[in-house]
Amino acid sequence: MLGVILIKNWFKSGSPWIWFNAAAVSTCLIMVIGVLGLIMVRGVGHFWASPIVQLSYQEDDGQIKSIIGEHVDTTVTPAIMAKSTGFIMSDKEDVLIQYLMKTGNRDLTGSDFRWIQERNIKFQNEPENLIVVERREWGNFYGNLTAVKEGENVIASGEKAWDVLQERLQIALELHEQIAHLEKKEIGAINYGLEKLRLEQRALELKNKWNAQTQKEFADKKAAYDVDYKKYQTQLGELYQKVRRDSLVAKTESGAELAIPLSKIVDVSQPNKMAVFSKIGRYFKKLGEFLSEDPREANTEGGIFPAIFGTIMMVIMMSIIVTPFGVIAAVYLREYAKQGFTTRLIRIAVNNLAGVPSIVYGVFGLGFFVYILGGNIDKLFFPESAPAPVFGTPGLMWASITLALLTLPVVIVSTEEGLARVPKAIREGSLALGATKIETLWKTVLPMASPAMMTGLILAVARAAGEVAPLMLVGVVKLAPTLPLDGNYPFLHLDRKFMHLGFHIYDVGFQSPNVEAARPLVYATSLLLVLVIIGLNLAAILIRNHLREKYRALEG
Amino acid sequence: MASFEPRSHSFDASSILRSTHKHDEPVEPCLKVENLNLYYAKKQALHGINMEMPKKKVTAFIGPSGCGKSTLLRCINRMNDLVDNVTIEGKILLHDENIFDKSVNVAALRRRVGMVFQKPNPFPKSIFENVTYGLRIQGINDKRILEETVETSLRGAALWDEVKDRLNDNALGLSGGQQQRLVIARAIAIAPEVLLLDEPASALDPISTLKIEELINELKEKYTIVIVTHNMQQAARVSDYTAFMYMGELIEMGTTTQLFTKPTKKQTEDYITGRYG
Repeated sequence: MLGVILIKNWFKSGSPWIWFNAAAVSTCLIMVIGVLGLIMVRGVGHFWASPIVQLSYQEDDGQIKSIIGEHVDTTVTPAIMAKSTGFIMSDKEDVLIQYLMKTGNRDLTGSDFRWIQERNIKFQNEPENLIVVERREWGNFYGNLTAVKEGENVIASGEKAWDVLQERLQIALELHEQIAHLEKKEIGAINYGLEKLRLEQRALELKNKWNAQTQKEFADKKAAYDVDYKKYQTQLGELYQKVRRDSLVAKTESGAELAIPLSKIVDVSQPNKMAVFSKIGRYFKKLGEFLSEDPREANTEGGIFPAIFGTIMMVIMMSIIVTPFGVIAAVYLREYAKQGFTTRLIRIAVNNLAGVPSIVYGVFGLGFFVYILGGNIDKLFFPESAPAPVFGTPGLMWASITLALLTLPVVIVSTEEGLARVPKAIREGSLALGATKIETLWKTVLPMASPAMMTGLILAVARAAGEVAPLMLVGVVKLAPTLPLDGNYPFLHLDRKFMHLGFHIYDVGFQSPNVEAARPLVYATSLLLVLVIIGLNLAAILIRNHLREKYRALEG
Repeated sequence: MASFEPRSHSFDASSILRSTHKHDEPVEPCLKVENLNLYYAKKQALHGINMEMPKKKVTAFIGPSGCGKSTLLRCINRMNDLVDNVTIEGKILLHDENIFDKSVNVAALRRRVGMVFQKPNPFPKSIFENVTYGLRIQGINDKRILEETVETSLRGAALWDEVKDRLNDNALGLSGGQQQRLVIARAIAIAPEVLLLDEPASALDPISTLKIEELINELKEKYTIVIVTHNMQQAARVSDYTAFMYMGELIEMGTTTQLFTKPTKKQTEDYITGRYG
């Protein structure tokens, strides 16, 4: 009896509610921290040079083989479960410990990873001379460096080989850089110019203005491009010859020798020899490469710069489109429209728009923006490029507009709230000074509502940056050959397809041929996506706080 | 509770105004209200108001809450246009021009008839920008003119000495009384003919109230002032003419001295002696 009364009193005191609230809040916090912590630990660890181990391993058939690789993952399976999946377990063993090793050398063994059982490892060490070669194709190579070759001649072997390799590799990387620059910038510009010429010619033909004079002009321009192109071509030929000359020779775990041309190498390292400081240096170098370089090998290697760039570009374009539209709509709804049934209906519709699944927007974007709008733009303005579409195909502009439509409700709703919060006294004050309604709006009401508009924009950015599903229909691709912003006139190419961090995560994590190799990249990319969104939000929040301070509204 | 006369005996202030001034200099009316009826939707808020407000004098409206004095005041610069479902019948003549005429530009009218509200409502901008707001609306951006106007207006509102060193500070940092004087400066910066004051001191402390009252005394040299006040002592102190309103009707109007010392209507007497309201 006493207990019941005590519990009743406890409930009456209200403290159970406080406990419930505290529990709910802490659950949320723990989950957020958990998610961030997981992707942080997994993603950040990826760039750390882990040691390479050499193992003597007894295969299932009893043979003892050597394995070289990095330890990636460990699983511990209880004996009963291991037995049921077909492992032979002795009575003494309680658990089966398995390691996932990244063994590389995909060109020789067919796979990058293998699972091994801890009990079958006979001997294990970390020889200092083991090298990791990061290649442009076929993934990593693990083994022992034996020699460096220039053409067919061995120029260094044994101990000296490492230093010579460093020197030669540096040269090869610089050459590679030059080649990439030539191909992308100079020859890219020529191709772009030629394509434009072709389109201009086609346009003139369509207008029946393709006559002897224009023909001559075009032939001259083409000839000029050709001269340039030939010049670059010879430069390229020389560079390629130089870069292909050198190679390294290395021994794999099984003792086979393999020659790797230096032109195919991104990086060589001896992680077992590295001290902590050189490991830190290397970590930041790798991180920098990840942030600044193009992806390689079906996105599973290299950097993700185009995806970062595409994401930010798309969000900025989206903001530029959604803000004026949302603000104008909200101003009309709140300030001009007669409040009544119709405005209520419109508000309900707007609020419900926010609940429509995003893929539906994607479908709408594809059907309306891309095919109808884009198709008609092509017909009207770009007849010369038919049958290839310009705007009649998914691209940056349509993706931005689709997302702007998706985020329009939040901007409208928060702008309306902001307008409603501007005190009537302020409006009357302005009107009483002889300002018209529109002057009052521009000079006083809108500035005072601008923090609310920024809040709307912050919510819009947060939603748009994380949205992937509709983008897959209206503009995102696995690999975009060019950025939407470059040095060729008109610099901003809204018709181009682009890469996006969110889609990149999906693609690398679930669509790549080498899922194991890509998993750390998934975490790293997720972390980056979160950071990009936080960054964009912080920028908007700073602007909003500045505006809030400036247009601090009257109290009450 | 005092009993009140039926509407048919509603008071015609214009005749009183003329009669009181028979022996003084002739008073030139600035504003004339003729047969003004105002309805909020179906509900009538003003009943057949007739009155005259003389030029460069202070006219006070007194009466209990909800008697329509603020509504009448807000008719004079057509602030009631902003309220939905308002119907106005009758005329208000500003120098013989009906302000409800279709041809009247409301913004231009409000430039001639300035208004100060009950609660100080400075814009969240600098003091300077607050005072120049009306000028900038008119497209005046000449820095010299703006600076001159700011000084004369702030001096006119007895605020210059207090704020001259911080014209670029946010106006919301001023005290309530200073804000109200800033709002008055803002109103006189565009040189109106008439100033409407809607209980300008009711949200202020006694010292600020005193300052505002002194200011009103100075301002009447230049402007025709119409003030709504709850406070009868205030009306007695600052106004030349007083109109007593009750239930949307003008009960009595006359010079302040006459109305407070020798009211002709019983309602007025009841109200000013505090038996009502």
